[in-house]
Amino acid sequence: MQDRIKYWKGIEELENTPEFAKNAHNEFPEFLPINEAKGESESAGMTAPRRDFLKLLGFGLAAATLASCEAPVRKAIPYLNKPVDVEPGVANWYASTYFNNGDFNSVLVKTREGRPIKIEPNPSSSLTPMGTSPKAQASVLSLYDNNRLRTPLIKGKEAKWEQVDSEIRSALSSVNGKVAFVSSTVISPSTKQLINEFGARVGNFEHVTYDANSASALIGANGGVVPGYDFSKANIIVSIGADFLGTWVAPIPFAKQYIQNRKVTADNPVMSRHYQFETIMSLTGANADVRVPIKPSEELAVVTAIYNGLSGQGASAPANVDKKAIDSAIKDLRANNGRALVVSGSNDPAVQTLVTAINRSIGAEGATIDTASPYLVKQGNDAQMLRLIEEMNNGSVGAVFFYNANPAYDHPLAERVISGLKRVALKVSFADRVEETAALADYVAPDNHYLESWNDYEPKRGFLSLAQPVISPIFMTRQMQDSLLAWSGNNTNFYEYIRSNWRKTASGTDAQWEKAVHDGVLENGTSMLALSPAAAGTMTAADAAGRAPRTVASGRVEAVVYEKVAIGTGSEANNPWLQEMADPITKATWDNYITMPRRMAEEMEVVQGNVIKVTYANGKTLELPALIQPGQAQGTVGIAMGYGRELDSMPTAKGRGANAFPVATVADNGILFTGAVQLEKTSSTVEIAQMQTHHTIMDRLVVQENTLAKYQQNPKDVTEYIRIATHEGPAKPAAISLWDDYEYKNHHWGMVVDLNSCIGCGACTISCQAENNIPVVGKQEVLNRREMHWMRIDRYYSAVEHEPKDYQTMEDPAENPSVIFQPMMCQHCNHAPCETVCPVAATMHSSEGINQMAYNRCVGTRYCANNCPYKVRRFNWFAYSNNDKFDFNMNNDLGKMVLNPDVTVRSRGVMEKCSFCVQRIQLGKLEAKRESRRPVDGEIVTACAQSCPTDAIIFGDMLDPESRIAKTLAREKGERAFHVLEELNVQPNVTYLTKIRNLA
Amino acid sequence: MISCIKRAKTKFLIAFLFALAASFGVSTTGYAQGASLPVDDAGIVSAGESLYKNNCVVCHSVGSDVVVGPGLKGINERRAQPWLISWIKNSQALIASGDKDAIAIYNQFNKQAMPSFNFSDDEIVSMLAYIKSAESAGAETPAAGDATAAAPGENVGTDAVGAIGGYLDIILVVLIVVLIVLVVTLLLITSVLKNYLNKNKQLDEYDAEIVNQRFDFSKIYKSKAVRTLVVLIFVIVLLDLTLDKAMGIGIQQGYAPSQPIAFSHKLHAGEHQIDCNYCHTTVYESKSASIPSANICMNCHSQIKAESPEIQKIYKAIERNKPIEWVRIHNLPDLAYFNHSQHTQVGGVECQTCHGPIQEMEVVYQYSPLTMGWCIDCHRETPLNTEGNAYYDNLVKLHEESTKSAFTVSSNGGNECSKCHY
Repeated sequence: MQDRIKYWKGIEELENTPEFAKNAHNEFPEFLPINEAKGESESAGMTAPRRDFLKLLGFGLAAATLASCEAPVRKAIPYLNKPVDVEPGVANWYASTYFNNGDFNSVLVKTREGRPIKIEPNPSSSLTPMGTSPKAQASVLSLYDNNRLRTPLIKGKEAKWEQVDSEIRSALSSVNGKVAFVSSTVISPSTKQLINEFGARVGNFEHVTYDANSASALIGANGGVVPGYDFSKANIIVSIGADFLGTWVAPIPFAKQYIQNRKVTADNPVMSRHYQFETIMSLTGANADVRVPIKPSEELAVVTAIYNGLSGQGASAPANVDKKAIDSAIKDLRANNGRALVVSGSNDPAVQTLVTAINRSIGAEGATIDTASPYLVKQGNDAQMLRLIEEMNNGSVGAVFFYNANPAYDHPLAERVISGLKRVALKVSFADRVEETAALADYVAPDNHYLESWNDYEPKRGFLSLAQPVISPIFMTRQMQDSLLAWSGNNTNFYEYIRSNWRKTASGTDAQWEKAVHDGVLENGTSMLALSPAAAGTMTAADAAGRAPRTVASGRVEAVVYEKVAIGTGSEANNPWLQEMADPITKATWDNYITMPRRMAEEMEVVQGNVIKVTYANGKTLELPALIQPGQAQGTVGIAMGYGRELDSMPTAKGRGANAFPVATVADNGILFTGAVQLEKTSSTVEIAQMQTHHTIMDRLVVQENTLAKYQQNPKDVTEYIRIATHEGPAKPAAISLWDDYEYKNHHWGMVVDLNSCIGCGACTISCQAENNIPVVGKQEVLNRREMHWMRIDRYYSAVEHEPKDYQTMEDPAENPSVIFQPMMCQHCNHAPCETVCPVAATMHSSEGINQMAYNRCVGTRYCANNCPYKVRRFNWFAYSNNDKFDFNMNNDLGKMVLNPDVTVRSRGVMEKCSFCVQRIQLGKLEAKRESRRPVDGEIVTACAQSCPTDAIIFGDMLDPESRIAKTLAREKGERAFHVLEELNVQPNVTYLTKIRNLA
Repeated sequence: MISCIKRAKTKFLIAFLFALAASFGVSTTGYAQGASLPVDDAGIVSAGESLYKNNCVVCHSVGSDVVVGPGLKGINERRAQPWLISWIKNSQALIASGDKDAIAIYNQFNKQAMPSFNFSDDEIVSMLAYIKSAESAGAETPAAGDATAAAPGENVGTDAVGAIGGYLDIILVVLIVVLIVLVVTLLLITSVLKNYLNKNKQLDEYDAEIVNQRFDFSKIYKSKAVRTLVVLIFVIVLLDLTLDKAMGIGIQQGYAPSQPIAFSHKLHAGEHQIDCNYCHTTVYESKSASIPSANICMNCHSQIKAESPEIQKIYKAIERNKPIEWVRIHNLPDLAYFNHSQHTQVGGVECQTCHGPIQEMEVVYQYSPLTMGWCIDCHRETPLNTEGNAYYDNLVKLHEESTKSAFTVSSNGGNECSKCHY
């Protein structure tokens, strides 16, 4: 009998806990929110007397009548002097670049009436042509953050730029001691040159680069740069703790390369095999074919085993690690010389030295590593920063500047930073708000948002990218570079500076420059970024292999400090879209928590939400709730960085979670993002707002996956199609139908989601949120299962259920399950169950196959949501705009600037759901009509499809035989194409393609 | 008004007819002057017209009145064609070359330079031909032109309804008269008969009672049935009125607020015939037709009527760097998406169809109710403008195969919710 794969959404479903069983039967737990948005008060004050109701009703009627007697006078205010290229109602697109802590995206910015409203990938870029990261998507909202500084500050008081300039100039002329310029990685050639010029003027100057999530050891072992990895050329990928699809180095370019070698068709059924050895369940680990949980202290042993195995010395795997997987990895690496790649996310120089040696021995250099073109997105040097902290503390630093750096928060030795800063005479911060470091600075010279600035970037040697302002500065801020120019007595502005810089090197003529600005990228091999020469690593591979593994004292467990896809290192923690974005793996929002393997939870008698006291170095503690994480390595816990903000300038992030940076260990002039901690269960409980457990699948066939071996054998055998029993034998569900079929003449919009390509990053969900004016609802409403995201990425854990039951494997499927992601949005069913139950015909089918939702007709019965098998309809329980209870971007005038003017802001009491971005469809059709032609395939795409970094979503007109979607469907029919819950015969217009795993 | 196609067509037709009729008369004078004007070539004249309307109409009328520059009536007779061509191409060069006529004109119109235009000779000739044909059309059939222009072409439907209503009224009046006559006759007959019976005095008591019975009105109005009926009618009328009024809430048809600047569409669009698109620049490209920015006003009003207090308001706005706050007249609710270019560029709908006789409005008012019913009615009835649009080719074919009815907006899905609501 065939092995059956069992899927579950979380531990509670796997174990069928009493609470889960209760929820499963109570599919719609919504209680009427009459009194309060906050959950606590609801159960208490549920009495609304009939009289009050009638009074309200009467008053409401009277008020409505009165209000409608006279329509308010509305103004139409035209430009005084209309700019030539702004046409009201027509979007303009500008090329720009988003760069934040390694996350590089060449982007296009959509502006309407002069305000940026949406970020899309820049197809001219060869590094990130397809999609963006969720952070890049959300960055447009950070522009409209009300908590950004409006003026410069002198000792915390608002000041004028002239005053700041003159005071800093005079302070610089009499500075006593070293001047340090602290920044995170700068990949802007012109900025770097400017900093150096500024330094030359100052004299005793040092530019200290450090990254909050540092890759210091990696670049130390590779001559000061990140090797030019090319995952698309690797048939075998071995990653030791590198989350290269989510957060490590340059995730978006890597994801694009990675997926190139993971797309399979029946004609070309080959794909790479991906081994992942890691501690926490990362996004990358979730996509791996073979995933092995290891402790951070075992990383060195694993790498050593691979190194020794490859050099023929015989692998000796660490005791607790799956030896089979290591052997298989070694075998594969050997067999794929020149077509394999090994990466590691460790910040341990020994590990990285060995990884470099391994890559050399498997012929990766020049093949899967482009030696001529390394990545420059991480340049942070831990040792340099640690030295600066000591220098500050011993009083030899006279002035310090902080640019995109917040060490008072995100450095493990933040306390030493704070004490050191007290001894520095001149402290200047360029932060956009009063964050932890800026609060200690004498001067805050707020930098522009990147959408208000000129800049140039070189993320990879020979790949240049430009940023141009798409809006004039909203506040009295000034670009950091312009401040530096002013303070070094240079009268040019930074635009002129970049221009003259580029004139010398990259593009001489004005036409070339204008083309570069228009395209946003220049990829003719010109390189401009000068790196300070790196000290050669002294460690040899043999040294590294001979190192003794780190030991952890008994009674302590290893904690990993990791970066989350959405929050990153915390610099954009005040962005409500990112806070509410479900973590790809845990599906948790708004907080951080302690990820814990189940066995440890059982031993500690901890259930999810129990608050754990974590004691780390020097006896300091933090408290966070526990989240039981399948796949977490035994004896370890994980804590996400970027939380625990206590700042008034970050109200969205304030008081959420705890700061994990101090848990990291400083050792050997470097930072290890692990630490030995003691855990202690406390009596309190904090609910974690997860989006995952809101629905149940009841053991139905929702996601499908199969192995590459089987696919190669017979591509028609990888997908299970459910048949309905009839008296004439089994029949396709579509063969038995109550409904007449629609006839589509013009267009028939459809979507194909390739589960093999989806890495689960969540960029589509934020893109959808930005495009469709989806409100942020806050933690309590997520707990109440009322999140508004139109699109969610369902994450299923799975393990093979062997028949007959193999107790060895059945013992704990939660220990290391496989993971599969499934983007889920309205399926636009041709036989939609929601349409038939709406009493007011507010949702109905269009002649183009779209399941339409007319908000103004909806009366809020919620029948449609109840009847939707995919649970994709969202109800507006509250008015989320102009409501102080939901004090996010839609509650202030500045935050509302991000709203898409072509999409209605829904009011309370109506249902909403994915519209297939009908506003884009309508616009695309209109443009085609205006030009007297049919729409071209690829011209009309939904926001999710456009933003997907791995091209997992194909959207198009299924009636157009030349369209990519029609061709894909024709090719995959009967092979990988399936509809979710096909047996219901709702005939969705969204088709999924079965995931294929290349198991070892 | 955007391309008043109708009027333009009429004018053009008249011009064409005139040209045909006069091809022996007027055009000979043209030839006699040595410059050929292809006034009988319809294509050239219409090309000239569109060029003229896009470039010249702001400063020159085809009549004899002065707008900014001189009226161009009879310009072909006043000046030689080569002179005109060089003047239009670069008037300053001509003045600089010492041409007497040029200098005279320059001085006559307050030394205001006419901008240079980068037209080809053929284009200039086409415009001259248009001016020629326009002035002759204006001279020969002014009445016809005005009548057609004034006829509200889009009210055909309402007029038809009005005509039917007129007939009904007459029939109704006749019916009522006939009925009244009938009633009077009947009453007369009864009274005659009653008198006759009473005179005879042969009736017994019972019969007499029947003959002489008195009509008791109080009984009727005191009866339950009548009272119920009256109350019912009252309630129904009241409800109907309430419903009517309630349905009218939020409909601002006829809304004509006073604006911060007394701008007259009648003057600009009506008398001076400035193309709508000249000020409402995005009407063919965008969802919004856009309210002109002050710099568009300044194209002309930097020179014209600069001293007028209304124009001074624009100057003040520019000086203070404060935009003019017009009162918005057409307010669609946020939940409805409307796109001008869809209707103007793709649909070929004229501005007046929705905005009414804007060229006659001293103060703009909301002509249409802007209700959903109004939108849908038009979508149901209006045939799609598919001519020459490759987007529709296959759709038209499919439609014609399946039905004989017109291919309207709604038959292409134009009545579906998410065409306007999203």
